[in-house]
Amino acid sequence: MRNKAEVVIIGGGITGCGAAYNLAKKGLTDVILLEKNFLSSGATGRCGGGIRQQFTTEWNIKLAMESVKRFEKMNDELGVDIEHVQGGYLVITDDEKEAEEFKKNVKLQNKLGLDSKFITPSEAKEIVPYLNEDNILGATFCQSDGHAYPFRVVQGYAKKAEEMGVDINKFTEVKGIKKENNRIKSVVTDKREIKTNIVVNAAGAYSGDIANMVGIEMPNKPFRHEILATERYKHILDPMIISFKYGIYFSQQRHGEIVGGIGDPDEPSSYNIKSSLEFVERFTEALGKIVPAFKNLNIVRQWAGFYDVTPDAQPILGYTEGVDTFIQANGYSGHGFMLAPRVTELIAELIVDGKTSMPIDELNLKRFEGETVGEAYVVG
Amino acid sequence: MKIVCRCEDVTEEEIIEAIDQGHTTLDELKKYLRVGTGPCQGRTCLKVIEKMLAKKLGKNIDDLEKTTVRPPLKPIPLYIYGDEDEE
Repeated sequence: MRNKAEVVIIGGGITGCGAAYNLAKKGLTDVILLEKNFLSSGATGRCGGGIRQQFTTEWNIKLAMESVKRFEKMNDELGVDIEHVQGGYLVITDDEKEAEEFKKNVKLQNKLGLDSKFITPSEAKEIVPYLNEDNILGATFCQSDGHAYPFRVVQGYAKKAEEMGVDINKFTEVKGIKKENNRIKSVVTDKREIKTNIVVNAAGAYSGDIANMVGIEMPNKPFRHEILATERYKHILDPMIISFKYGIYFSQQRHGEIVGGIGDPDEPSSYNIKSSLEFVERFTEALGKIVPAFKNLNIVRQWAGFYDVTPDAQPILGYTEGVDTFIQANGYSGHGFMLAPRVTELIAELIVDGKTSMPIDELNLKRFEGETVGEAYVVG
Repeated sequence: MKIVCRCEDVTEEEIIEAIDQGHTTLDELKKYLRVGTGPCQGRTCLKVIEKMLAKKLGKNIDDLEKTTVRPPLKPIPLYIYGDEDEE
């Protein structure tokens, strides 16, 4: 590990590795990445791999749409098979009021150029033959949504970044950050101290702890989200199915396993990462209403990870008032994997060019001093 | 060619190559090769892989980072978790 760098990135998930890659691609390779465990050991490696553009705020829709364009080219760009499947996201509802909201949201999505549409239960059943159409009133569908294998994406970013000269360090924990006159001086790890000018806080659910090291309070809170995988089956499901009312989502991976989770509105903010029996019970109950036959699938494993949740469920991006060279790239609120390809490009632009190709001022940490309009499509 | 992980069809050579590439913990090998994540949940392969990893790294097996054992240990149908009245 080098003992100085222009930029230190804290966090080895998709955001940290994506930022490392995009910085190097823009010619800035004097970069050190620090990860306290292995790459993608946090939320990235624990998530369902969903890639959705059907959001309700302009920022999330735009970031997601731009990210999909990058996912589509990623196999060639990174030289890995990210197992990207564009089977669409089918967003279902059994609630009249929610269906009306869906129609409004589709209008906003269409205005921004997304090919989402509101469809009837019978049209939804054409997409998913196992669907219990009696239990749904309508759905929205976007074919270019889908999923990929997050670990591969991180590996691809990290490998390319390393090839270009970025110093990536696994199993290296940040213990403190030193600053002088509102500027960062160094990052102290359990191995050595690294002199640096700029720190990127890509620590996901631990971003608040990292920010505290320079005296910054973040509104982000960690929430456990549980997830499970079944045995492999023949191809039985094209899209990711999601219901925000029940907080459930599930899709079939390219290898055949069904991976899905369900949020718990009563889950307290904590660093509890244990698996629970109650989660599988709630998942199965909701699953049975949507695709009754899927209750016969065999569960193989379950695990948990953290959502890094902000008050408006949109990411926190950009420089930090008070500590001028501290850059935030966190707070995705459960959507980090799907937004990171575009976000990390913007972070690299901010550092290298001093400006971004899409304004991100409204996603700055200081937005929470005023009123913010929140994202409505969040699981749990 | 020796198959080490029978659920995910992973060979000894592939595991050695992955360790050489820097995947030096069981967790990373599981993510990279999916070893031990299939129906047997590593009951047949993870002990072998631990031995291979320890040998490659020149460490004792006991000094390796342990991987988390995930419920439910053996594949079971989801409906078992459902309502008692239902089948």
